[in-house]
Amino acid sequence: MRQKRSRSFYFMGLIFVAYVLFLYGPTLTILLLSFQGPTGGLTLPLQGLSLHWYHDLMLGHGLPNIRIALWNSARLGILVSVLTMVISVMAGLAFRRKFRGASLLLYAAIASLILPSIIVSLGIALEFSLANKLVMGGGDVLASRFGDGHGNFLANGIGMAGNWIEDHFQTLMGLFTSGLGAHLTWTLPFGLLIMFAVFNRFNPSYEEAARDLGATSWQTFRFVVLPLIAPAVIGVALLGFTLSWDEIARSSQAVGSANTLPLLLEGLTTTVTTPVIYALGTLTTLLSLAVIGLALTAFAMGQRRVRGAGKKA
Amino acid sequence: MSGEKTLRGKIEFAAVTKSYGRVVAVDTISLKLPAATYCCLLGPSGCGKTSTLRMLAGHEDVSSGDILLDDVNVTDLAPAQRGTAMMFQNYALFPHLSVAENIAFSLKMQGIGRAERREAAEPLLQMVELAAMADRLPAQLSGGQQQRVALARALMTRPAALLLDEPLSALDPFLRLRVRGELKRLQKSLGISFVHVTHTQDEALALADIVVLMNDGRIEQQGTAHDVFSHPRTAFVARFIGGHNVIAQGDSEVAVRADKVTLSRAGTGTMAQHAATIRDIEYGGMAYHVRLSDAHGRDYSCILQEGAFAQLGPIDGETLAMSWAESDAQPLEPAAN
Repeated sequence: MRQKRSRSFYFMGLIFVAYVLFLYGPTLTILLLSFQGPTGGLTLPLQGLSLHWYHDLMLGHGLPNIRIALWNSARLGILVSVLTMVISVMAGLAFRRKFRGASLLLYAAIASLILPSIIVSLGIALEFSLANKLVMGGGDVLASRFGDGHGNFLANGIGMAGNWIEDHFQTLMGLFTSGLGAHLTWTLPFGLLIMFAVFNRFNPSYEEAARDLGATSWQTFRFVVLPLIAPAVIGVALLGFTLSWDEIARSSQAVGSANTLPLLLEGLTTTVTTPVIYALGTLTTLLSLAVIGLALTAFAMGQRRVRGAGKKA
Repeated sequence: MSGEKTLRGKIEFAAVTKSYGRVVAVDTISLKLPAATYCCLLGPSGCGKTSTLRMLAGHEDVSSGDILLDDVNVTDLAPAQRGTAMMFQNYALFPHLSVAENIAFSLKMQGIGRAERREAAEPLLQMVELAAMADRLPAQLSGGQQQRVALARALMTRPAALLLDEPLSALDPFLRLRVRGELKRLQKSLGISFVHVTHTQDEALALADIVVLMNDGRIEQQGTAHDVFSHPRTAFVARFIGGHNVIAQGDSEVAVRADKVTLSRAGTGTMAQHAATIRDIEYGGMAYHVRLSDAHGRDYSCILQEGAFAQLGPIDGETLAMSWAESDAQPLEPAAN
């Protein structure tokens, strides 16, 4: 016998459907429009179905730029992901012990979540331009003081460094300096909060048992703590990558002359007027999905290995 | 078993104190246990028994005093260097390692290879009858099996003293009785000391060569199980160990065992007595358990054998004379504070 569904079921159902549409509708629309016929435009209706715009994308002159941006985003994302993982785990371990200024440090780290991203980005840019001026000023001073070639060996060396700065130095800003920092201000608070939640539930008697059995601090971490928190650690790494991968606001002022994929796409939306941008959007979405799928598969395989160990009996 | 076996696990606490800031958890306790002793640390929660055990294990710093194991001062040694091994209350089995790998974990920490570890784990697997489950994960075992893994893992380090933190509390009552017997047999055959923390008095009475009853960070009484049960020193001991009535006599108190109290309507001439009203009568199979209370609201209990019960025919709510022989009355010291 089936129970009659209440009116609230249908109401909630409606909200759920709206939510799903809102979540996946845009992506699906772009997917659909990327197959727009050669005569079609940026909006529906479709003028036939074709791979024309993918072809166009491959031929297009913007392709090298896209490849560079993709590569920039990928390597920045991987570095951010690894650093977020390592720093969050270490900070999570550190915060389990009481130390002076622990809460102040925590608030300082979390504050970066509340500050508007674009302000953080601007601040970083200003900071670095200040540092650039300092370096260049310093270079000038060194070159004029020691650059005449009449000093001793040390003075000549310093003078040459000054000359080199004058001749070659451009900026300290870049993908892996200011850009990396900007992304870490965004990913670290999340990673830290996740590790807090993980260690809150972590039973310290596992560590005591390990120590009781003769494990050193490092062995306790390596053979007991790390395997137990591994799923969360992988989660933090994935989150770090995805947060970095699609970050625009914090990148906008802080990556220097390099372009990341989101920045490039944003630029293209204002200049490109054909569905080629949808083809590009679809391809990058697929790439994101592939990365996530790969990570989840690796994770599932790791789990099966652990469970498999228990099934041989 | 060989007769030449050397007994290990002589334990000594010399004025050991543990304080957390201003709170004193363990207050200058001194205790000497001969080698190969089964000792139960007994007491209500918060009495300091677990802190005492953890100090012996090295998982808790000693605030002052010294702990000696087999005449070596272990106060400042790391847990694994003391010759102790701990079995944790929740067993703390590593969920990602197989039964065999859990048991051989201490060897892995010494850098011993997998095959050799597996070989070394075999006798212990046999001992706890888990050889068939060697490759399972802890989550695939029952509570009793997990407990045996924890036991084997701790014994792998060949300790002189095995420290057990409420080892039976997670087991069902039937299993608890069986494991209790196994623990005692194991301790005797290994010739080492077991220090077993519990808040259950019957567990302590059944197992312990020496019962150490703690209250409020101090040792309230220590001695053989028989000593502590038949000669409780204070009203706290008499109440905690159970089976006793604490009866006020003038300014002082005496303890009288529930089975040494007789009930009568008239009183029995030469014996000491006290009037009390029956609150509840419970049939316990072997005997009847009668609960009473007096005019001051103090509670008593009395165990009547079937014959005596039938003869008296007590009725709920009836006021009777409780009487006992002076020789059965154990004078109690007044409480320390």
